Amino acid sequence: MIDPIDVNVDEKLSLNRYEVDEENAHIRLKDEAECPNFQEEFDKLVIACPAALYRRDEEGRPSFDYAGCLECGTCRIICGDTILDYWRYPGPTMGVEYRWG
Amino acid sequence: MADFDVIVVGAGYAGTVAAYELAKAGKSVLVVERGNYAGAKNMTGGRIYSHSLKKVFPNFEQDSPVERRITHERISLMDPEANFTIDFTSKALKQEGQDSYSVLSAVYDQWLAEQAENAGAEIIYGIPVEDLIMEGDSVKGVIAGEDSLTAEITILADGVNSLLTAKAVGAKKPKPSEIAVGVKELIELPSGVIEDRFLCNPGEGAAWLFAGDATHGHIGGGFMYTNKDSISLGLVATISDLVGATRPIYQMMEDFKKHPAVAPLVRGGKVVEYSGHMVSEGGYAMVPKLVTNGCMITGDAAMLCMNLGYCVRGMDFAVASGQMAAQAAIEALDAGSVDEASLHRYVDLLENSFVLRELKQYRRFPHFMESTTRIFKEYPAMVKEIMNSMFVVDGKPADPLKKKIMDPVKEVGVTTVLKDAMGGMKAL
Repeated sequence: MIDPIDVNVDEKLSLNRYEVDEENAHIRLKDEAECPNFQEEFDKLVIACPAALYRRDEEGRPSFDYAGCLECGTCRIICGDTILDYWRYPGPTMGVEYRWG
Repeated sequence: MADFDVIVVGAGYAGTVAAYELAKAGKSVLVVERGNYAGAKNMTGGRIYSHSLKKVFPNFEQDSPVERRITHERISLMDPEANFTIDFTSKALKQEGQDSYSVLSAVYDQWLAEQAENAGAEIIYGIPVEDLIMEGDSVKGVIAGEDSLTAEITILADGVNSLLTAKAVGAKKPKPSEIAVGVKELIELPSGVIEDRFLCNPGEGAAWLFAGDATHGHIGGGFMYTNKDSISLGLVATISDLVGATRPIYQMMEDFKKHPAVAPLVRGGKVVEYSGHMVSEGGYAMVPKLVTNGCMITGDAAMLCMNLGYCVRGMDFAVASGQMAAQAAIEALDAGSVDEASLHRYVDLLENSFVLRELKQYRRFPHFMESTTRIFKEYPAMVKEIMNSMFVVDGKPADPLKKKIMDPVKEVGVTTVLKDAMGGMKAL
C-alpha cells in the first residue's frame, strides 16, 4: 500500500535541464503478461525511483515515462532481471544535464 | 599500434585525475565522457576530503572551485517529533591536508577536466561508450558512437552504475542490499544567511547527517552540506529496505525538508536542481576484480566508497585510485607490457594505501548497519524520550534522573542497547 503523495515531483524535475530522446526509449519495461510478478515488482519501482518514472494512476494502473530520468540506475538494480526489458544510457548528448550536480 | 596510450571512460573525479597524471607524463590520453561537459551526469552529496586531492593539486584550495571548508560536523538522531544533534567543531578539522570541502560535481568536474586538458589530454563529450573492444580476455579499447577507438590501456571510471565492468572483469551487478539511492535538492540561499544559520565563518561551512525519520525509519539517512550560496539537502536509502517502504523516496525527501528541525534552515531558499544517483554501500565485499589485461577499474566503478554512518567517503577514494591507476599505466607503458600481471601494480598501490586498507578495516560495518535497524527508529525515539524527560517541565513531581534515562532504555532493552553498541564498535 502506498501512502498518499502530496509533493509535485514534476515540478522538481522541471528544474533540471533535459534533452529527451523522443525516438528511442533508453529504458523499456517488459509486457505485463510476460511477468507473473509484474505488479509487485512495479510497486518497488514506484517507491524507489527518485524521478517517479513509475507511477500508478487513480485506478491503480501502472504507467511509465522515461522522459524525466535522472539516470541513476536504481530500477536496473531492482528490476534489471525481472520486469525491465533493457536499461541503457541515453544516446549521444541526450538525457539529463546537471548544472550543479 | 593503438590510437592512444590510454583511453579513460568517464570524466568524473577518478577519470579526470587519471587523465591529468597521464598527460603530464607525456602519454597520449583520450577521455570519453557521455555528458555534454564533465560532471553533467555526475552528482555528489557532497564533500571531498582534501588529503588525496592535495597530492594531485597541491594548491587546490586556492585554484579550484571548492564551495566551503567544512568546520562543523553535525550528526542528528531524528524522530518524527524531535531531533537530537551533536555539533562538533575543532581546529584539527581546519588543518591543511586533513580538512574537507563541500563541492558540487558538475562544477568541480569541469575544473578537473580543464586541468587534464591543459596538461594535454583530449576529451570528447556527449558520447557514451557502448562497449569494449575485446580480444580474448584482453581489453583493447572502446566502442563509442560510430567509432572504434583502440588503446594500450583502458581505464574504466564510468561510475557506480557502470555497464562496462561486467564485460571487462566479470563484475556482478550490485545487489539491492549493497547499494543505496540518493536524492538531492540544491537550495539557493545568500551566503550570509547560510553563515548565520549554520554558525559558520565566511568560507566555512557544515556537514550534517541525520539518522531516523529522515528516511521514515528505513536504512539510510538525510544529509545537508553548506555550499557557497546554496545548501545541498538530500537522502540516501539502501534499496533493499527502501522498496518495503510505503512512501516513495521523493515524498520522503519532501517530508524531510518539512521536518521542524530542517525547515527553518532552508526557509526562503529557492530549489534550483533536483538530482539522483546511486551510492555503493557494501564496502570491501563489493569491490570487483580491479585489473585485467589492458584494463583497470577506478573510483565508483570499482565500488570504492565507504559509509560509516557518521562519515561518508567516495571522492577521496576516486581521486587516489585515478592517480594510482595512472602511475601503474605509466610504468606498464614504459616497460612495454600492459597485461594483467603488469597492471597488478595498481592493486598493489591500492593495497598499500588508505584505499583498500580502510575498506578492509571497515568491511564488517555495512552488515552491522543493515542488521541494526534500531538505529533508524527505536534509538531516535529512545533519545527523544530521554531528552523529553529531562527538558520538559510540566509542574508534576519528577522522577529521579536515573529513572528518566533508564526507562526509555529499558523499552528497547538494556542488553540490546549494549549489544548494538558493542557490535558497532567492533565493526569500526
